[in-house]
Amino acid sequence: MPDTTNAYDSSHTRGPGEQEYDDAAGYYVHGDPIQDTKAPGGPLEEMWGTRQFEAKIANPANRRRLSIIVVGTGLAGASAAATLGEAGYVVKSFCYQDSPRRAHSIAAQGGINAAKNYKGDGDSVYRLFYDTIKGGDYRSRESNVYRLAEVSVNIIDQCVAQGVPFAREYGGLLDNRSFGGVQVSRTFYARGQTGQQLLIGAYQALERQVAAGTVRCYTRHEMLELVVVDGRARGIIVRDLVTGEIETYFADVVVLASGGYGNVFYLSTNAMNSNVTASWRAHRKGALMANPCYTQIHPTCIPVTGTHQSKLTLMSESLRNDGRIWVPKSNSDCDKDPREIAEEDRDYYLERIYPAFGNLVPRDIASRQAKNVCDEGRGVGPEVDGVRRGVYLDFSDAIERLGRDAIESKYGNLFDMYARITGEDPYEVPMRIYPAVHYVMGGLWVDYDLQSTIPGLFVTGEANFSDHGANRLGASALMQGLADGYFVLPNTIRDYLAEGPFEKVPDDHPAVLEAQEAVRSRVQKFLTTNGTRSVDSYHRELGNIMWEYCGMERTEDGLRKAIDLIRGLREDFHRNVRVLGTAESINQSLEKAGRVADFFELGELMCIDALNRRESCGGHFRGESQTDDGEALRHDDQYAYVAAWEWQGEDQDPVLHKENLTYEFVEMKQRSYK
Amino acid sequence: MRITLKIWRQPNSTEPGAMVDYALDDVSEDMSFLEMLDVLNEQLISAGEEPVAFDSDCREGICGSCGLMINGQAHGPEVTTTCQLHMRSFQDGDEIVIEPWRADPFPVLKDLMVDRRAFDRMIAAGGYISVNTGAAPDAHAVPVPKEKADRAFDVATCIGCGACVAACPNGSASLFLGAKITHLGELPQGQAERDLRVVNMVGQHDLEGFGGCTNIGECTAACPKEIPLDVISRLNWDLHAALRHGH
Ligand SMILES: Cc1cc2nc3c(=O)[nH]c(=O)nc-3n(C[C@H](O)[C@H](O)[C@H](O)COP(=O)(O)OP(=O)(O)OC[C@H]3O[C@@H](n4cnc5c(N)ncnc54)[C@H](O)[C@@H]3O)c2cc1C
Ligand code: SF4
Ligand code: FES
Repeated sequence: MPDTTNAYDSSHTRGPGEQEYDDAAGYYVHGDPIQDTKAPGGPLEEMWGTRQFEAKIANPANRRRLSIIVVGTGLAGASAAATLGEAGYVVKSFCYQDSPRRAHSIAAQGGINAAKNYKGDGDSVYRLFYDTIKGGDYRSRESNVYRLAEVSVNIIDQCVAQGVPFAREYGGLLDNRSFGGVQVSRTFYARGQTGQQLLIGAYQALERQVAAGTVRCYTRHEMLELVVVDGRARGIIVRDLVTGEIETYFADVVVLASGGYGNVFYLSTNAMNSNVTASWRAHRKGALMANPCYTQIHPTCIPVTGTHQSKLTLMSESLRNDGRIWVPKSNSDCDKDPREIAEEDRDYYLERIYPAFGNLVPRDIASRQAKNVCDEGRGVGPEVDGVRRGVYLDFSDAIERLGRDAIESKYGNLFDMYARITGEDPYEVPMRIYPAVHYVMGGLWVDYDLQSTIPGLFVTGEANFSDHGANRLGASALMQGLADGYFVLPNTIRDYLAEGPFEKVPDDHPAVLEAQEAVRSRVQKFLTTNGTRSVDSYHRELGNIMWEYCGMERTEDGLRKAIDLIRGLREDFHRNVRVLGTAESINQSLEKAGRVADFFELGELMCIDALNRRESCGGHFRGESQTDDGEALRHDDQYAYVAAWEWQGEDQDPVLHKENLTYEFVEMKQRSYK
Repeated sequence: MRITLKIWRQPNSTEPGAMVDYALDDVSEDMSFLEMLDVLNEQLISAGEEPVAFDSDCREGICGSCGLMINGQAHGPEVTTTCQLHMRSFQDGDEIVIEPWRADPFPVLKDLMVDRRAFDRMIAAGGYISVNTGAAPDAHAVPVPKEKADRAFDVATCIGCGACVAACPNGSASLFLGAKITHLGELPQGQAERDLRVVNMVGQHDLEGFGGCTNIGECTAACPKEIPLDVISRLNWDLHAALRHGH
């Protein structure tokens, strides 16, 4: 790989937009810059108060004439729907699961951050803001992040009042822990099930509104199209997943809280049905997709054991506090019983490369090094497609030092979970771990009000791009989901709604008929292609391409290759996919076909975005941009922008709009862990 | 491993269903039970036969989507969810019978999928604490004794899977209900609505057609989250107290 790092002259300041390189030339078109016009100026601490004051209020008597569609019932969607219902609006809530309580947020383990400073350890709104900006590698907006830190405090109050059983100390007060390499204890948790408990709280608030008649839930309904009338989002087309009926719902505004798209990689820690369809359909109707290449990879997941595997399970990162990570020095030892490999034949590679941080280096670094040793042929565990993808996480030293009981009380649940999934006893044999896709920082572009580039379309939670920059700190996604849903959106959406109710859309408006027809013909097309390959087999192959070339490390050559491969595979998919059954019934292959079709288009855009960004930052590591000793190298002079992409049509190059990021309150610095 | 499967196939909620036999030759013991069904489905698709419909999402034992009767046991032979059951719990040559949850309030939608919306309706009837967003006092304003907080947490782990109902000969949802009543009833925040909650939730439970509890205990034996049977005593206790208080 050519060393191009020195080609960047850091003393010369180039304005963003004046790139030295244009790796993605030929794959995209330059567009006008974009900017957030909603954040009021002035000091950070006053912005949110000012905006709330300035945002118009919809007259309470008018609210029952104002209708809102919320797609998604995860933390972001359920909290928003419940709060908007309480405020008196008419809310329709959609999810594809059989109950809102099963949204993917339920799986989050670790905890939720909030700047409560209950430990008196010097935490503050400013510190949480600062950590989040820095953790995101200076690729998020100061205004949004400050607001997130500000409202974090109220989230905990709200959840406790709802009965969320957070961990408590003997005095009856809430307990905190420190999480994700942060120096203060600001993470609230409910054992390893924080997401579940928070979601149940929001779900219960939602069901309370269902009983009150302000919210109506449409479960097992999948949004397949956005209805845009006269430039405004006015409704959605859904498929009733039980009857197959294609239905249209109208509203004054549409909120997407439909989660992240990590499943483009096929294997990930996301729930099986998580997908990009809601966002992607909105993207095709004009909403910009921002920073799609930013993917977060989690270093401690249970590795793949075979080609049958459907998903990867995350193991809490806290294991790295006591476990030592190693692989054999020689690949001839890889299939040996690890207990028989002598100490001198083991390579504790993180301790070797990063003596200061050792096994506790940040997520992206731990992940990348694990991939490197496996690519060198020194991975352990079963061979899948000719490669062993696993490294040891060894507790034998810790067990010897602290005793088995101590380890059991600290990590017992995790050890049991590992044993159940792998059939191996981690007290006896070292665990095997491998990185997996965990979260995406990219998503639909929104302004300070969480409104997309389509008026009347708001986007919250993991589905938007706004608060985590290029990398998300642990326990910050739950915080963002609930901040958006309980506190931010209900206050910003009213500014838009105050202009409503908007004129009723006739059922036979051309935009409606067009959207309905688009859904019907897509469904029909999948059912009549009559090919030979299952949807899953395509998804798996697409996932392999994405992981190989747009995963932990990206290079110019790899990304170009990936784009070609994706284009070829997508064409084959549309010619040769086999979807059996009918449209008028439950048809899970049909559901998957629609999702995978959208993943193909998204996957290509992710590669183009990654190709354009010739710098390493956060979850995006470009091989061409590293320091002499192999660490990530950012280029603030060229890439301190949000890349917001506009859809131009199938087989047309997307348009790149840049939102410049300026830092008035914190100074941009390179990260270093050596 | 070679496995023979007998699976309930039913095209929709109105047409009748029947057991159908399938053979799988190459089952690895590392597969989860649902991955084994994924493999079956790939095989069916290539043979031009419609795949078997079943619910799943997280595949981590936490969302409560999955749930099958396996050889007559809810979720199968181990105390866990179906997605966390692995094929190493079975033996080469086994015959495995797979059916959907059986209970009147859970109508079959297709094959192994059932409609569990009755659970949501029970929660809507009162399974919450009424507090509007923004109206909450500081989280430290009301301390909760650790034992109560821990107990509340233990029962709050119910994932709403419905195994308790499927396992109960009476088709009772008392364990699910008891878990929620106990969770909210342990906390100071939950006291104001305690009487009303239990009366309304039990009322909805009966309206949905779930049966009464006769203390058989199959529910707790089948529960993947090991919700203890005494939540049902708590449920009854709270119900009687509420009735005494004139609700
Ligand atoms: C294993 C795991 C552990 C995690 N642990 C943590 C942690 O400890 N702390 C932390 O902060 N974060 C954690 N995260 C990240 C966090 O859980 C998610 O980012 C967050 O929950 C996303 O919430 P959401 O509300 O945006 O979306 P989701 O919870 O994903 O909800 C999406 C909703 O949209 C619906 N939907 C989607 N598409 C459609 C459609 N087309 N039509 C209808 N409905 C649709 C779904 O039905 C669902 O209701 C973890 C993630 C994983 C995978
Ligand atoms: S009580 Fe147990 S079996 Fe019943 S729904 Fe809850 S978790 Fe499932
Ligand atoms: S799929 Fe979520 S509990 Fe089994």
